[in-house]
Amino acid sequence: MSGTSPVAAAADGYAQREKRLLDAIELGEPDRLPTILFSHFWVAHYAGMTCRQAMYDYEGLAAAVRKAVSDLEPDGFQPVHSMIAFGPTMDILEYKQLEWPGHNGLSENAPFQYLDRQYMTVEEYEAYLLDPTGFVLHQYLPRVAGAFEPLAQLPMYPTSLHTRILLSVEAYARPEVRAGLLKLIQAGEEMQKMRATMSRLHAELQGMGFPCVTHGTSHAPFDVVSDYLRGSKGAMLDLFRHKERVLAVMDRLVALLPQTAIAAARAAGGRGVFIPLHWGLDGFMSPKQFTTFYWPQLQKVMLALIDAGLIPYVLWEGDCTSRLDIIKDVPKAKCVYSFERTDMFKAKEALRDQVCIRGNVPASLLISGTPDQVREHCKKLFDVAGDGGGFILDASVGIPDEGKPENVLAMFECAKQCIY
Amino acid sequence: MEDKSKQLVQLIADMQEEEAVKLSREMLDSGYDPIKLLGHCREAMEVVGKRYEAGEYFLPELMLAGEMLTAIGDMAKPLIKQDLSKATDGKKVIIGTVHGDLHDIGKNIVTFMLEINGFQVVDLGIDVPADTFVESIKTHKPKVVGLSGFLTLAFDSMKTTIESIKAAGLRDNLKIMIGGGQVDDAVKTYTGADAFGLNAMEAVSLCKKWMPA
Repeated sequence: MSGTSPVAAAADGYAQREKRLLDAIELGEPDRLPTILFSHFWVAHYAGMTCRQAMYDYEGLAAAVRKAVSDLEPDGFQPVHSMIAFGPTMDILEYKQLEWPGHNGLSENAPFQYLDRQYMTVEEYEAYLLDPTGFVLHQYLPRVAGAFEPLAQLPMYPTSLHTRILLSVEAYARPEVRAGLLKLIQAGEEMQKMRATMSRLHAELQGMGFPCVTHGTSHAPFDVVSDYLRGSKGAMLDLFRHKERVLAVMDRLVALLPQTAIAAARAAGGRGVFIPLHWGLDGFMSPKQFTTFYWPQLQKVMLALIDAGLIPYVLWEGDCTSRLDIIKDVPKAKCVYSFERTDMFKAKEALRDQVCIRGNVPASLLISGTPDQVREHCKKLFDVAGDGGGFILDASVGIPDEGKPENVLAMFECAKQCIY
Repeated sequence: MEDKSKQLVQLIADMQEEEAVKLSREMLDSGYDPIKLLGHCREAMEVVGKRYEAGEYFLPELMLAGEMLTAIGDMAKPLIKQDLSKATDGKKVIIGTVHGDLHDIGKNIVTFMLEINGFQVVDLGIDVPADTFVESIKTHKPKVVGLSGFLTLAFDSMKTTIESIKAAGLRDNLKIMIGGGQVDDAVKTYTGADAFGLNAMEAVSLCKKWMPA
């Protein structure tokens, strides 16, 4: 292919990288060890931006991602904007579920943090079960963002039909609803700006030969109950006090969650769906609780995505070594499991013929180690987890925000030396 | 009453919340000594702790045990005249989530497990600046300080906190343990802590080792 144009070379690079990742996902040996760049704020720090700047400056963040991708040359990347560039939209919405840099006293260089609270009371399980959309519109959204508060006044649509549609439309003209709707339009315009920047960036990176690997997000139904509805404490207590309600809400979520992810992936024209897991780890639930409240519902969500031709990229936070024999029950070579602290030797043993594994250079090594130590660790991972293919090199929960650039560069460079 | 007290210990240990709270109410209503009743709760918590250590119980059980303890404590404590605050003197631990980090689930579980194992815990909350740890150490004179953090940002905050403790001349005779998120042995070395733990039981074991009965 010598003498080809830069455009043709980039197209070759794109095809080569995509194939490298697909070979690993299909449990084969690629030409060399593939990598994915997954970062929250590291790309911003690497380009000299603060966390706050990264959340507010779409173009600045795009330049930061471009620089990181150009320097590291990963085989794929996960979108950064759709994970962090929410600052202006949150301001307009008066969003309450996150604390973010420069807001409410949090340092400009601290990452945003989710506030683990009860956002749905125990009594509201029934309201959710009766009409999830109505509950979210009238109760949940007004609770989590100021701009949504007037939406509590909107009609109850399941029963506001025929002439009631006409009569109830009056609600939209009320001054407070009108003001809320105007804020939502403003927030929507802001989000369109962010998305336009992200789309341009991804098209540009594709032109440079770098595939975006995830195009939507989904969740384990229990994580939705715990993180977004009941709060971790409420959800844990509900396992004893309201088992049936938890299971019933999760049944609804099993049916609803894949629809959102499939629509997002189709709109973006991609196949990867990112599923970060929060409460699946060893030590949180008992094996029995895990096989009752966590895995069966998550498995159903994954199967629905796989049936739709998508690839779930599941991030198993924490140490999930004791779960390996359970979580291997998925269609062969159809998804990717990232591990944070899980023993990669055991993961390889358990999943070798079933699931491509990804990870897990420790955050501590990337932050406090040396490039030599990083290279040594990556080579060890290649020997163990990469044996026979089916392995993608990554940090443990993405590149830690404080990772030393020379260590991160060493990790990506090392993968290029790991030839099959 | 002895049968009832045994039954209460068993109900709490077996996570039978409704029955345990009901029986406690009945026992107090019939004049049972509230201090003794709290003693049974402690006994039950020891069983819970052992089951947690043995991998039979997990976080949801600890959370429910904490709820039962609070509910029964709220019924019994108003009936107690004497001051119970001296009970755990000398086995003090200061704990907090370090500056910049707002996560508290891990810290709360460690606090709970330390308390049911007889340690007096001063919980400084979340996003705790280094100076607050220093001032609190001066005030409470603990033997152990626990620094918690979920974010990788916490590694530097832990390091700064430990440096501040050292600069204030308080590091000698003080043990510092760290935990949470991606904390590991390398982070222990990086921050200058004495030990790290992967779960609440490891925090209890460290405190028992550093403050033997």
